Amino acid sequence: MATPGPARPKVSDWTKPAAMAIPEEGYFTLEQGRYGPIFPKTPACHGFSVVAKVKDGREQAVRDYGKSIEEAVKNNPSVLAPLKLHYLRWILFDVGSGLHFMYQGIFDTDFDKYLEDAVALFVKTGITTVFVNLEGWPDNWKTNLSAVIKFFREHQYPSFLEYGEYPYVTADEVKKALKLQAAFADMLDLMQ
Amino acid sequence: MAILQQSLTGRNEDDALEVEDIQHFLMSRPAARAARYEFLTFRSAACGRAWLMGLIDKVGTAKAVGSNLVDSRWVTIGFTWNGLQALGVDEVSLATFPEEFRQGMAARAEILGTTGANHPDHWVGSLARPELHAIAILFARDVAERERCRKEHERYLAQCTGVELLSCLDLEALPPFDYAHEHFGDRDRLSQPAIEGTGVQPTPGSGPPIKPGEFFLGYPDEDGPAAGMPQPGILSRNGSYVAYLMMKEHVGAFRDFLREHGGTPEQQELIAAKLMGRWRSGAPLVLTPDKDDPSLGADLQRNNAFTYADMDPHGYACPLGAHIRRMNPRDTAVNMNRRKMIRRGGTYGPPLPEGAPEDGIERGIAAFVGCASLVRQFEFAMNVWANDPNFHELGNERDPIFGTQDGTFDMTIPKRPIRKKIRGLPAFTTIRGGAYFFLPSIRALRYLASLSGDH
Repeated sequence: MATPGPARPKVSDWTKPAAMAIPEEGYFTLEQGRYGPIFPKTPACHGFSVVAKVKDGREQAVRDYGKSIEEAVKNNPSVLAPLKLHYLRWILFDVGSGLHFMYQGIFDTDFDKYLEDAVALFVKTGITTVFVNLEGWPDNWKTNLSAVIKFFREHQYPSFLEYGEYPYVTADEVKKALKLQAAFADMLDLMQ
Repeated sequence: MAILQQSLTGRNEDDALEVEDIQHFLMSRPAARAARYEFLTFRSAACGRAWLMGLIDKVGTAKAVGSNLVDSRWVTIGFTWNGLQALGVDEVSLATFPEEFRQGMAARAEILGTTGANHPDHWVGSLARPELHAIAILFARDVAERERCRKEHERYLAQCTGVELLSCLDLEALPPFDYAHEHFGDRDRLSQPAIEGTGVQPTPGSGPPIKPGEFFLGYPDEDGPAAGMPQPGILSRNGSYVAYLMMKEHVGAFRDFLREHGGTPEQQELIAAKLMGRWRSGAPLVLTPDKDDPSLGADLQRNNAFTYADMDPHGYACPLGAHIRRMNPRDTAVNMNRRKMIRRGGTYGPPLPEGAPEDGIERGIAAFVGCASLVRQFEFAMNVWANDPNFHELGNERDPIFGTQDGTFDMTIPKRPIRKKIRGLPAFTTIRGGAYFFLPSIRALRYLASLSGDH
């Protein structure tokens, strides 16, 4: 077990960039969530990096999902809202051990807390079906939520360093600040 | 009865609720003003089975209770995972039950957030111990009937060598009896899901009827056909899980807090309402933010007919962290149909008279949450809605009534121009015990009683 690490300050200071080195386990102290250990919030918020090997001959099928997610968000910009995301990055790479897919997400909620909601959303938007192209994905994913959850947990590689230029700030807070800025600009316009 | 019969016709035979096989507990709410919960242990499989065999005929089915054939006392029986093992269920079958049920509630304390004063180390009644095997729940028309049944079961237990009472709890409804309420004075039972196929219509604002598989094993749920049921099917089908919680209410501390934060009785009522999300009459703050409206509170057609995202997005009426907004976020959360639960239970201990100082007497709520998946439904509600400090990005809050409070969390009450923030909220409740039980069907009770061998 790793030694206790820096506790998240109760009042975080977004003006002060912060980095956090994370032990190999992905957490400082073991805190049990419903489906396994909880990973800490870092200056770069919550997130995951799920890496899995692509089945032979499925590269194009995976790439095509990029287009379908683009369409889904275009048709309904709030379709991914329940995930409380900042960013998603989907990457295909082969560094000599075959083609791998990396699904990296940065978000504001603890993934463990909303796992069922996330999986339901993946099913709804078709994200889940990209996973059928990956090795280790359970065949009975449609009816076996616990197998899906197990896949995510087994293929999640925790960071050992995370950094935030404006640490711990949530996407909602960023959007509120930008809204406030816009409202303030409007107000100044009205006062001309 | 007409309602239940209607459900049995006109639906796919496979999906029709088998009301003659399902225990009534989650399906019907009998007109009970008294109750008794008995927590039992089996010293051997044979004596546990013998005890069970003699009681099966007393268990109220959904059909009998729904048709008022049972009208003075209502019996329900449930087992912990250890209890199923103690009855002689084989290891292969035991392993097919979900992990959270196998572990039991006490082992899941960290996940549930029942830490500090709420931790199983402090629980009463042997509820955190592995010897807890079974619960017999008795609901009775009145205290006299409860006492008659208590004595009857006492006599029966005396004949069942090897079945012992670990602890028990007597419950009585609080006067006045014209509406259900708890010790803080809040009207209860306002938001209950309706089960598809029972013919019961949800009240306005309660959402559509919920698929029976969200509460009873073996039926389609909101995600599709039943899957991954514990084996054998005869043991799991028509069964449900219930999470039991005994929660002490610190009525004196609650009233002191209101006096401290409200100068006038009106202000005190408003603070109480802000913590709850409803006035004590049951009238929701979203519909009547500034003053109570008891006629609205009592009107089932109106008192649940509201949303948050559209009607109160910033929480100016009902704070984002208020009890009812956490425990049922309505349109501000997703997949709500997969998080529904059926609550049953009652109050224990005498009421603390208005104006009286705290008398130290144990009083509170002892309730059951029924569902088909403890981890997805009950544990989610505890882990996220009750105890996630960052729920709705509140940062440092837990459910002000029901969450684990230790004086380090806050409560934000949105208000123009500047919000009111109460720092260091005290605990108004303490979890005194809890357990996970499986409520088998009548057929499954017979199956269990007819097992052979020891574990």
